[in-house]
Amino acid sequence: MTAPTVPSQPSPFEYAPAPESRSIVDIAPSYGLFIDGEFVDGTGESFKTVNPATEEVLTEVASGSDADVDRAVRAARRAFEKTWGPMRPADRGKYLFRIARLLQERAREFAVLESLDNGKPIRESRDVDVPLAAAHFFYYAGWADKLDHVGLGTRPRPLGVAGQVIPWNFPLLMLAWKVAPALAAGNTVVLKPAETTPLTALLFAEVCRQADLPAGVVNIVTGAGETGRAVVEHDDVDKVAFTGSTDVGRSIARAVAGTRKKLTLELGGKAANIVFDDAPIDQAVEGIVQGIFFNQGHVCCAGSRLLVQESIHDEVIASLQRRIGTLRVGDPLDKNTDIGAINSAEQLARIRELSDIGEAEGAQRWQPACELPDRGFWYPPTIFTDVSPAHRIARDEIFGPVLSVLTFRTPDEAVAKANNTTYGLSAGIWSEKGSRILKIADQLRAGVVWANTFNKFDPTSPFGGYKQSGYGREGGRHGLAAYLEGAEQ
Amino acid sequence: MTHVLDPDALSDDARALSVPLPPYRDVTRSDSAFRAFLHGLPGVDQVGAEARVAQLGTRSIKTTSKAWAIDTAISMVDLTTLEGADTPGKVRSLAAKAMRPDPTDPSCPRVAAVCVYGDLAGVAREALGDSGVHVAAVATAFPSGRASRAVKLADVRDAVQNGADEIDMVIDRGAFLSGRYLDVYEEIVAVKEACGEAHLKVILETGELVTLDNVRRASWIAMLAGGDFIKTSTGKVSPAATLPVGLVMLEAVRDFRVATGRQVGFKPAGGIRTTKDAVKHLVLINETVGRDWLDPGWFRFGASSLLNDLLLQRQKLRTGHYSGPDHVSVD
Repeated sequence: MTAPTVPSQPSPFEYAPAPESRSIVDIAPSYGLFIDGEFVDGTGESFKTVNPATEEVLTEVASGSDADVDRAVRAARRAFEKTWGPMRPADRGKYLFRIARLLQERAREFAVLESLDNGKPIRESRDVDVPLAAAHFFYYAGWADKLDHVGLGTRPRPLGVAGQVIPWNFPLLMLAWKVAPALAAGNTVVLKPAETTPLTALLFAEVCRQADLPAGVVNIVTGAGETGRAVVEHDDVDKVAFTGSTDVGRSIARAVAGTRKKLTLELGGKAANIVFDDAPIDQAVEGIVQGIFFNQGHVCCAGSRLLVQESIHDEVIASLQRRIGTLRVGDPLDKNTDIGAINSAEQLARIRELSDIGEAEGAQRWQPACELPDRGFWYPPTIFTDVSPAHRIARDEIFGPVLSVLTFRTPDEAVAKANNTTYGLSAGIWSEKGSRILKIADQLRAGVVWANTFNKFDPTSPFGGYKQSGYGREGGRHGLAAYLEGAEQ
Repeated sequence: MTHVLDPDALSDDARALSVPLPPYRDVTRSDSAFRAFLHGLPGVDQVGAEARVAQLGTRSIKTTSKAWAIDTAISMVDLTTLEGADTPGKVRSLAAKAMRPDPTDPSCPRVAAVCVYGDLAGVAREALGDSGVHVAAVATAFPSGRASRAVKLADVRDAVQNGADEIDMVIDRGAFLSGRYLDVYEEIVAVKEACGEAHLKVILETGELVTLDNVRRASWIAMLAGGDFIKTSTGKVSPAATLPVGLVMLEAVRDFRVATGRQVGFKPAGGIRTTKDAVKHLVLINETVGRDWLDPGWFRFGASSLLNDLLLQRQKLRTGHYSGPDHVSVD
């Protein structure tokens, strides 16, 4: 097929606004911390959380001080010793099933709140984040009374109190990844949601109360980096689980070194999405879009490096540009929005900076004609061609809707380039040839390898990285190992 | 091709036409060349295609865009009756409805065509007069296509003579599934010649081709052979017009135009019964091939009961309430 360039034409079929109603959520003017089953005032200064699509202040949230964190850890310790730890495992499962059902019942509320606080399109919070969060609770609820049969020894025991720090890109889903296995294994938790996206965690606290979860089993302490540090460094925390940037992960590893605490880190990524010339091209183009523009590219396993075989480069790029031209950027609450707002001004600045560096280093920037709202934090879907493996946009995690396109000529070259990164979280392979997929997948040093799909998640499947993408696995039976004694992974 | 009777062999004109457009001039030079070409088209990943249409199915089309979609869909309907029990009376009543789908509302657009068996094309032609509604006739031993080529071509000529200006042919699925792609191709070329001025829609009967790879290959055969439209199904085989099939056929017409410059139309037929189904198809076109195909000249719905649901939804949008099935005519 010849390389096509089709002018992107405006369609007469304009979709009228189809906003999801925000009346389903009831945001209080201010929030405290959730400690020992109660909402309490924090002793630190409170901070504002904004809607990144409008810069409107949604509410004020308490910032947990060292003293607050200490209270939370002590509550978690009490619950571990008095109620949750001694409880019959089947009963722990019952609570988790109850939480899972409540997440489903209140799914629309969670989805709207997530989109308001995070900026992600309602289509994704409704169809991905919230259903997957519920699925994680259902999945781990089933394991709660079967821990002897997970394959991690005959009598695996809980660790105690888990301190968990989660990022802003999938606030509720990351909470579920952390809380569900910890509770199923019999631990209690102190969780610190991200500074910019605390609201669904606070709504989750309400769900814990609704489910009659015993006091202290789940404690939620909002705040910024300092609060997270207090959680991680607290002496009475037995287990630290962190998802976020590699820099912060490194400092946590330093802080935890030499203590008895067990640690799992899920950090950054710079995943290669490899498209061979025998790929199903139309589906590969969808997969590239899904790989890098899902959640505005705020995905640690995003397919941010497209490795395309040289012989089909022009054809794939032309198809990709045409497809990107149909992406709808705008109001996250509109049901037809594909790409929402960048989560914060800080993140937007980083995306801009790295993109400018990409251009300065000689890569070609392409963006579709698209109107961005005047207020809020926005960045259009962007692809860079003529990217060399030495460019910073081919090495640094941008964590935004920016794709770097590189080429390869042979399978060996594809593997070498894909593995040429300090990260190793995920990778994708596109080919209609099964034997090729198996061989390449075997050679890729990435925790997750998707074949003919990308960014697909399931609670039964373990997730985690190689190299600077971290260690430990979340999801599946492996995810339980991180929360059990006598169950080295 | 021993089954081709001499009187129906391709004329010299048609032989010249039977060479595909550049850059594909040489792909039909032999069975093996044609096979290599068709099997060299990019594969289709079924899971990915289904995921894509499922995602497009979540588009929320409301208020003004819904009104636009309903009127556009009405203007794209090939109002169809293909029953053994069809009579001139039935065709005439269908023709009346085609010209004025909603007698209470003159602003309601007319449909694109009435689709009947070839022997009733004359009745339809007479009833539709110069209304602008086209007369489409199924031919080539519809729906099975199991007849000699001479009979199929005679069927086409008869329908055209009776007044059909659009012919809906079926491909030889037996030949396709046994790998005789060139036979399929040559038959379409012959039918195209027999059509004369009439527009040719090529029915792939995707429910019998089963895989999406087959759908893509059959689409390319039909387009290379000169079909003006590619059409999913006869309506007599289930499944008929599914969205993944529609996606693959739209990708085919899109890629074909990019490569050759010639635009081919698309007609899903069978199983599209509700306004919701129709809107999903319009969204699929909009986001796969774009505005150029959002026109009755390039997109049709082969349907019978769909029209009444479109009319009911149209009335609902205008009046704010459902009027019920007694407010649209039984065909």
